[in-house]
Amino acid sequence: MSNTDTFSIIGKPRRRVDGADKVTGRTCFADDIILPRMLHCKLLRSHVPHARIRSVDVSRAERHPGVNLVLTGRDFPNEYGILPVSQDEQPLCRDKVRFVGDPVAAVVARDEFAAEEALDLIKVEYEPLGTISDPVDALNNPAARLHDYSEEGNIHKRLSYEFGDVEESLADSAHVFEDVFFFEGNTHLPLEQHAAVGMQEADGRITLWSSTQCPHYVHRAVAKALDIPMAHIRVIASPNGGGFGGKTDPFNHEIVVVKAAQMLGRPVKCCLNREEVFYCHRGRHPVLMKFRTGVDENGALTGMHLQTLLDGGAYGSYGVASTFYTAVLQPVTYHLPRYAFDACRMFTNKPPCGPKRGHGTVQPRFGQEVQLDKIAAKLDMDPAVLRLNIVEKPGALTANYLKIGSIGLAQCINTVTERCGWKDRYGKLPEGKGMGLACSSYLTGAGNSIYWNAMPHSGVQLKLDRSGKVTVFCGATEIGQGSDDVLVATIAEILGIDPLDIRCVTGDTDLTPVDLGSYSSRVTLMMGNAAIQAAERARGMIAQAVAEKFATDTGSIAFSNGRVFEIGQPEHVLSFRKALVCAEEMHGSLGTTGSYTPPDPPGKYKGGGVGPSPAYSYTAAVVEVDVDTETGWLTVPRVYIAHDLGRAMNPVLARGQVEGSVYMGLGEALMEESAFRRLPARLSNALVHREPSMLEYKSPTSCDMPEVITDMIEHPDDNGPFGAKEAGQGPLLPVMPALANAVYDAVGVRIDEVPITAEKILQALDDKARGGAGRVGPDSFPDIEWPEPFRVPPPWEGGDGNAVNKPARKRAAKMHEMDKFKKVDAS
Amino acid sequence: MNRVTTLKRSTQENAHISCRVNGEPVQVSVAPCKTLLEMLREDLRLTGTKHGCELGECGACAVLVDGDPILSCLSLALDAEGCAIDTIEGMAQDGQLHPLQAAFADLGGAQCGYCTPAILLTAKALLDRQPNPGRDRIREALSGNLCRCTGYQQIFEAVEEAILRLRRTEQGTDLKSVPVGARHNP
Repeated sequence: MSNTDTFSIIGKPRRRVDGADKVTGRTCFADDIILPRMLHCKLLRSHVPHARIRSVDVSRAERHPGVNLVLTGRDFPNEYGILPVSQDEQPLCRDKVRFVGDPVAAVVARDEFAAEEALDLIKVEYEPLGTISDPVDALNNPAARLHDYSEEGNIHKRLSYEFGDVEESLADSAHVFEDVFFFEGNTHLPLEQHAAVGMQEADGRITLWSSTQCPHYVHRAVAKALDIPMAHIRVIASPNGGGFGGKTDPFNHEIVVVKAAQMLGRPVKCCLNREEVFYCHRGRHPVLMKFRTGVDENGALTGMHLQTLLDGGAYGSYGVASTFYTAVLQPVTYHLPRYAFDACRMFTNKPPCGPKRGHGTVQPRFGQEVQLDKIAAKLDMDPAVLRLNIVEKPGALTANYLKIGSIGLAQCINTVTERCGWKDRYGKLPEGKGMGLACSSYLTGAGNSIYWNAMPHSGVQLKLDRSGKVTVFCGATEIGQGSDDVLVATIAEILGIDPLDIRCVTGDTDLTPVDLGSYSSRVTLMMGNAAIQAAERARGMIAQAVAEKFATDTGSIAFSNGRVFEIGQPEHVLSFRKALVCAEEMHGSLGTTGSYTPPDPPGKYKGGGVGPSPAYSYTAAVVEVDVDTETGWLTVPRVYIAHDLGRAMNPVLARGQVEGSVYMGLGEALMEESAFRRLPARLSNALVHREPSMLEYKSPTSCDMPEVITDMIEHPDDNGPFGAKEAGQGPLLPVMPALANAVYDAVGVRIDEVPITAEKILQALDDKARGGAGRVGPDSFPDIEWPEPFRVPPPWEGGDGNAVNKPARKRAAKMHEMDKFKKVDAS
Repeated sequence: MNRVTTLKRSTQENAHISCRVNGEPVQVSVAPCKTLLEMLREDLRLTGTKHGCELGECGACAVLVDGDPILSCLSLALDAEGCAIDTIEGMAQDGQLHPLQAAFADLGGAQCGYCTPAILLTAKALLDRQPNPGRDRIREALSGNLCRCTGYQQIFEAVEEAILRLRRTEQGTDLKSVPVGARHNP
């Protein structure tokens, strides 16, 4: 499908542009910033999960000789939050704490030692409130309310949609499968702990360095939280030491260091410790899911009704988007003629959940792929054949109005099954050995910003001059994925120059045009397209000047290997540097801009803005397992993965994204869980994180990592730069279900929840030995009062992308309406 | 949240330490409660050494002390007295990347780059002692260094490529040294 012969840089394996800095320790992360007269900040975090703050006494802390400033919630009157509909966070809690780890005070001192000593001198008086431990607890205890703005009780958000009459489809189906799955929460665990440095300039303006994936969103939040004009704040995203979605929200410490720097006129740094990183969280939502899926006698899907229940933790974060994402991408992988979903996010007294790699789509992908394996077993079909038969078609418009471009999924399935010898080995391996297949699809960038606007999602500026140097400016953020490399490679390809001749300035809200940040797998596509536009405009200006010099037309001018020349005229050639001299003589100082805005989504119904993307990536994976039937112990010798990424911009980096996703998926599948426990009653019944350390929160080491056989499949998408789609999130999705399916192939038991541990396998084996179903997983999905669904007929049933009804919307309840709700609940 | 402060760390007199860092003699005045990690980063401003937990769990702070990889977050600065310490800042020599560094940069061994300095030093300690380790030995040697980006496979391949490059250098065959920052097309 692909042809990289016409490119000189794109598609060629290359040392990344920031590679030398990374291997010499020169990459300057946020905590590596050391400024003259800099002070250090530490936050006092709540040790109770839910309480009213009666008083905060900071007088002793203020008297500590090393302390410069102590701040409390009263210093911060404004709320903030990543989504406009969830402005529910405070830099330091004023009235209430909502989870163990919620910050209530901050100390700024000459060093971290003094700051920590002073934290111990702060006395907080709490009035304990009822603690909500999980979504069912939250549904059953609406009175112990975390937030006043939730829909009712602790229901943060409920969604209900119908794309065609699913009940009718299920009634007419040859088989209907009903399955309940649970996906435990887990966290990003970036190696770099979050850090931020605030500085007030002499003229009063503010600079904030932070390990953030989204400097633009932090910029907005700091301005709002502290009532500072955005024009007076500069946010610089330092290169992130890993993000994975964990650094996409604005955080308490970022706002606190700015406030402290303003009040003291000195730079202030805050670097979180590992325990605090666990409390910042924003990780994978624990999700309970119920699938009711109809198929015909050949295994083709006829309809699906999906219900999801999310444990949101204590704050909104990206939660409303996460709630949509637990449902909206189901129709993108396989053709689904009719689809309905209900999704509900609950507030609980735990660290807030948010976007982790694969944001919200990972959990239902697990459920669907395991259910497909059950369907194949029931119909006595090869699971690979069943999937190949139902792969969605390129260019399709789905039942929920998502417009798909290229789809390389069939090739991905064929590739992994050929590589692993599927036909000869699947279902035929000795007891204890097995292999499982699963597939997935993922967004290449969210089609909408987190706040509504009609402006570009990514902007790129180029500065070129007589030195031959090109400087490229873009707000995108390097978090390890190689966004700087994509940016430079794109410009170098179009201008025909060496990447070393390009200086890259990124993630600085003073210097760089807005890019929304490194999330939703958007950077390569959106920044890449903006960069192409800027570079083509520069190329046009240079070509015009060179064409005039050689008395020819601009169409005859070519750029290659650092030269600009007239095609077919060997003597009409200039070095790129001399061509820039010509261009500067003709046009004056040289600069161009480029921008990218995603296409308008075809779905016009309310809520149709979550799910659209300019392009979708596709993945298939086969996981092999060895299960010890005596102990349940599970090892993974090999993973085969094929990922349709449209075009590998730099195959070295793209492969790293795919294999890093496999790694993280295996961690989730086998061991990673954000688990909580209640302390005994004599210790307050508090709900605490079971394992807020890297030792207790297990993640795979170099010894646990299996061999990964990676294939990058290139089905270029018309919307992608050089056809490229995403590679950093999608390949994570099929790993967990493929592993669960492999366990079934190995020992014939179903583990319908993640993580899949030896304990659960043993439990299922015991159950099977006693004549049970040999299954471990949730039994039921709770009754939830769903709102009237938006009814949107699919395109093939005469739909035009609008809902045909107008469901009454429950307004968010205010504090003074609490009593009214209680009456409603009682009646 | 359980912060038991047994001694006033903020008010202690500094200690005086003499050691060698990256081959150069260094004298440093440092708070006696500080770890080697803190001394390197805060007092010597060698911020190439990273931290991910300060509890000896992640391996990001590994440096070489007298040639052995140790976790600088679990080691007191005072214990560095008289020792030879190697940090990432000293790994490239005379403006040339060490073959491990070059291979990591070329082959995707570093993504975010945060765990990279410690992994490079740990790998160097391995190769200094055992010039031709197999994949399993490499896995084992690096098992104390967590990496959340790569999935380790490109790290293993980079170490193996560095072994080849080092051997070629020793045999005096081709390998032109790669200048820091140079473009490389494998």
